[in-house]
Parts: sequence; structure tokens; C-alpha cells
Amino acid sequence: MDTRPSRRKAGLRVSETDPDNQNDPSRDEQDRNLLSRRDLLLGATLALSGIGAAAAALPLIDSWSPSAEIEAQRTTEIDLSKIAVGAQSVKTWQGRPLLVVRRTPEWIAKARASEGPLDPQKDSERVQRPEWLILVGVCTHLGCVPNFAPSNARLWLCPCHGSEFDFSGRVTKGPAPINLPVPPYRFESDTKVVVG
Amino acid sequence: MKGGHEAPKEHGRFYHWLDRGLPVSEFMERHITGYPTPRSLNYLWNFGSLAGFFITLQIITGFFLMSQYRGDATTAFASMQQIMRDVDWGWMIRDLHAVGASFAFAVIYAHTIRGMWYGSYKEPRRLLWHIGLLILLATMLAGFTGYLLPWGQMSYWAAQVITDLFSAIPLIGTAIVEWIRGGFVVGNPTLTRMFAIHAVLVPLLLLILIVLHLSALHKHGSNNPTGVEVDKKSPQEVTPFHPLHTAKDAWFTLFTFLFFFAFVFFAPDFFSNPDNYTEANPLVTPSEIVPEWYFLPFFAILRAIPNKLLGVIAFATSIGIYFFLPMLDRVRTRRALSRPIYKWMLLVFMVDLYLLGWVAAYPPLGPYLLVARIATAYYFIFFLSLPFISRIERRMLGEEQDSAMGRHKVPT
Repeated sequence: MDTRPSRRKAGLRVSETDPDNQNDPSRDEQDRNLLSRRDLLLGATLALSGIGAAAAALPLIDSWSPSAEIEAQRTTEIDLSKIAVGAQSVKTWQGRPLLVVRRTPEWIAKARASEGPLDPQKDSERVQRPEWLILVGVCTHLGCVPNFAPSNARLWLCPCHGSEFDFSGRVTKGPAPINLPVPPYRFESDTKVVVG
Repeated sequence: MKGGHEAPKEHGRFYHWLDRGLPVSEFMERHITGYPTPRSLNYLWNFGSLAGFFITLQIITGFFLMSQYRGDATTAFASMQQIMRDVDWGWMIRDLHAVGASFAFAVIYAHTIRGMWYGSYKEPRRLLWHIGLLILLATMLAGFTGYLLPWGQMSYWAAQVITDLFSAIPLIGTAIVEWIRGGFVVGNPTLTRMFAIHAVLVPLLLLILIVLHLSALHKHGSNNPTGVEVDKKSPQEVTPFHPLHTAKDAWFTLFTFLFFFAFVFFAPDFFSNPDNYTEANPLVTPSEIVPEWYFLPFFAILRAIPNKLLGVIAFATSIGIYFFLPMLDRVRTRRALSRPIYKWMLLVFMVDLYLLGWVAAYPPLGPYLLVARIATAYYFIFFLSLPFISRIERRMLGEEQDSAMGRHKVPT
């Protein structure tokens, strides 16, 4: 707020009330319009306070990120030896359900026969070894867990909004927009796989 | 206002002592005993104070629930059962809080629709409308975060679905969802932070917003059913808030108790989902995930649109669009009854809201999906056609006459 004119009117002495020498008669008009020391200090204080507040807020905001304990769940080991042909085993990975299916030769053939109608992708791009189909069991619509319900055309049916997924986990019926995602995994041996 | 107020002589010494230190009599005179209120206010104007009552009730019952509740994924569900079975009067406090939430929403929705019917969102009360909508948003945040706390199946999966909405954001969506959840899925970190939001952030926000809402209200005073600004100096048009409206608000609150306590004591689970009496299980999705009734219309809009990102955008817009109502509606005439087109559009809009809520309780298939899509279309048509309807209506009402309707005498 500019209170200079009133000060001038009040006839106060310059030395005590005008640290910026704005009212100094020796300064000309142009000089007075320059950025005053007070404005500069105010601007600098506000800018640095802003940076400081943002820096102080960062740790608070970051405290909401997954903690170290949860980060430790990024990988999951699966023992494949106990899963029968044509069966599904549900594991957890990162707290999410992991669908591990040992496919029958018939299912493998059906999976390879098409690329899926809604989100086309080759079966060979979705499995590392044809017998093992490993998927994240979270419906790509709104996050429900699809039920394992094999029929002629599908392996999974989502109980929430009726999405269906085929023998490669590809969506064949909406509202799910995309296929069930394949998590990153690697085979440590023939019976052990590490997901994540 | 300075210096002119002294406590009336009939008050005792304590009141006078208090009044010397605090502006008690000044406040009472300005906001209660001398606050001019239109005489013509009908019962629809009681929902504001009623909303205040239910929010207060939530804070009181919430404090006592928090004294017993243990907000951790391993203990939350069990502590709710203990509150319902073991804690003295725990069942009553919990049912008051749960049914109170439904009533708070019902009353705030009624209050909002009343504002739409009588044009209370128009100048000079635009800011009042915006602050009110922020209160509605804070209430929705309270409803969403509070619903997770019992840690039942429906709590868990509703939170899973709603937090997953953010994954529709391109590129950073998944990172945002993990940040909100504090994990890859809804889990203990989600529960504890939702508890913090519900019990600390929301009440503080509500307190600040309600003070602002009332300050904005008292700046210009209440709108009224005629839609014509009252003369605040005329005893024929206004009356002090006390005793008429204090008495009327009190009686209406008591009248609402008839319905409120009927639910609390005889049908406490009427508004809730039985699946929520099963403990949350991240590996089993309930066959049907349905939000609480007060979110149903918005949920229907989300599901009516087949594309995920567009559905989420429509969902967010359906809530945010109320902020733009004062800009979209260009007619000055306030009350809907005086407007040839808007009154019918708003009546249909009310039916539309009910339809949306009704279809949201069913799977989005066949006829339900069709109704949901038509109702969603009308929902947005109602708002987006207002600028055009306004132009036609101003012509029908007579531009000068309409402008005069918006004129008001604001005391300086």
C-alpha cells in the first residue's frame, strides 16, 4: 500500500519515516518510479518464502508415497510345481491378485487362434512359455477381480460389470477398455517364477 | 457499529462483564435479534439451519466414535463390531453418525435445489453459492473417506473403484493412484490417511467454510420466495431473525427428528449395504459394487459413458458444473415459477436426478443403460442450454422488466 502522499501531507520528517528516500526532494520523478528498495525486499521475501514453503511441503506430500515396507512387495516368487493343468492359482503381488493359469493344450490353441477383438495382441507377446499364463487379476475397467469361469469363449468373467477375458487374458467383451495386464516376470527355473 | 452497543439493562452482571470483553451484544443485535429476515420465507428455507444441525451432530457423534474406533486395517472392522455390541450406547452413537450422514446429504441437496428453484445463486449472492458448493464438496469428501473406515467389503471396494478413477489420467495416472493409496492397492496406509482426512481435515474445512457461508449470507441477507429483494427497513417485509426464525428453525428441526429417529432406532441399516458387514478382502470383489445413495446419480453418469477417461471427465464435470450455474444462467428474474421455460427444465432435472440415482443401483445393461444415457444427456443439456434458454426467456419476460427483477436495494 502506498502511503507516501499522506506522509508528505502529514509533514513528517524524512529521516525517520522515509527509509527509501522516496520523498527526498533531491530525487527526481523518474528516480522515484524505480523499483524501491522496499518493493525489492518484499518481492524477494515473498519469492523465497514461496520456495521455502514448497520445499517444506515436499516431504509432507512425499510421506503419502508407498512406504519402504510396501516397496518391499514389488516382487513375488511363485512355486509352479503345485499348479495342475487347467487350474488357476491366485497369488498376491504388490497386494494385487496375481492369476497364474497352467493352460491346457486346447486353451493354448484357442489363445493362438485369434488376437482378441477389442485390444488385439498376439498370444506369443503375452506369455513367455505357452503353458503358463500369468496376469494381474485386476479388471481394467474399475479394478475388480475377474472370476475364473472357463467356458468355450472365455476364461474370466468380471462380476462387477460383465467384462470377459479369453484364453490369453484379452478382453473379449466390454466395458473393460484393455486386456488384463501381464506383469513383468522371469523364470528362475522350470518350477519357479519371480514376478516384478 | 462501534460503541453503539450496550447490553440491555435487564441482563445480569455476568452478561455485562462478558459484553465488556467480547462484542456479545453487538453480535447478537447484528446477527440474531436485529438481523432482518424476509417475512415471506417458506419452509424450504429451513434446510440451511438443518444442515448446520446435522453437521454439528456428525462432529459430536464423530468425536465419541473416534474415542472407540481403532483405525488400522487389522483392527478397524473388529472395533466397529465392538462399538456396535460391547460399548455402552455404542450402537446408538454409530447409528446416529451413519444415518446422520445420509440426512446431512439429503438436507444439503434439498438446500441446493431450493437455491436453484428460487435463483439464490444470482447476484449479489454468487459468492454465497460458490462457498456453499465448497461445503458440498467437503461433505462429499467426508462421505467418501468416512465410508472406508468400517473397513467392510463395500468400504474397501468403493475406495478401490474411486481411487482408481485417477488412473484414467494419461501418463501420471498410476503414480497419482499409488500416491493417494500409499500402496499399489487400497490398504492400511489408505485407511489411516482417510481417517486423518475424515476426522481432522474435513471438520476444519467445514468450520471455516460455514463461517464464510454465513458471513456471505449476512452481508446481503436471505433471498426469498418472491425473488424480489426486500426493503430491510420495512417492518412489513422483514422481521428480526429472533424470535420468528429461531422458533421456526427449532420446530422444523424437531419435526425432522420424527423421520431421523425413526431411521436411527427402527431402520438404522436402511441406507447401508449388507456387504459392508463382511470384512474387507482385497482378493474377493463383491458381485456388485454400489456407492452410498448420495453418490448414485454421479456414479450413473460415470458408468453411462463407455470410454473410461471420458466417463471420469463427465463424472467430475457433473459435480463441478454447479459452480458455473450463475454464469450460464443469464436471466435476472430469480424464482423459477416466474420463468416460462426454466421452471419446467428444472422440474425435469429433479426427476432426472432421481432417475440417475435409480438406474445406478442396477448393472449398466439393457434398458438401465439406455435410461442412464438419456438421463446423463439431459443432465448436461440442462446446464449447457441455459445461455440459450436465458436469451429466449429474457425476450419472453421483456428485457427491461427482467433487468428490473434483478435490481436490488443493497443498504450501504
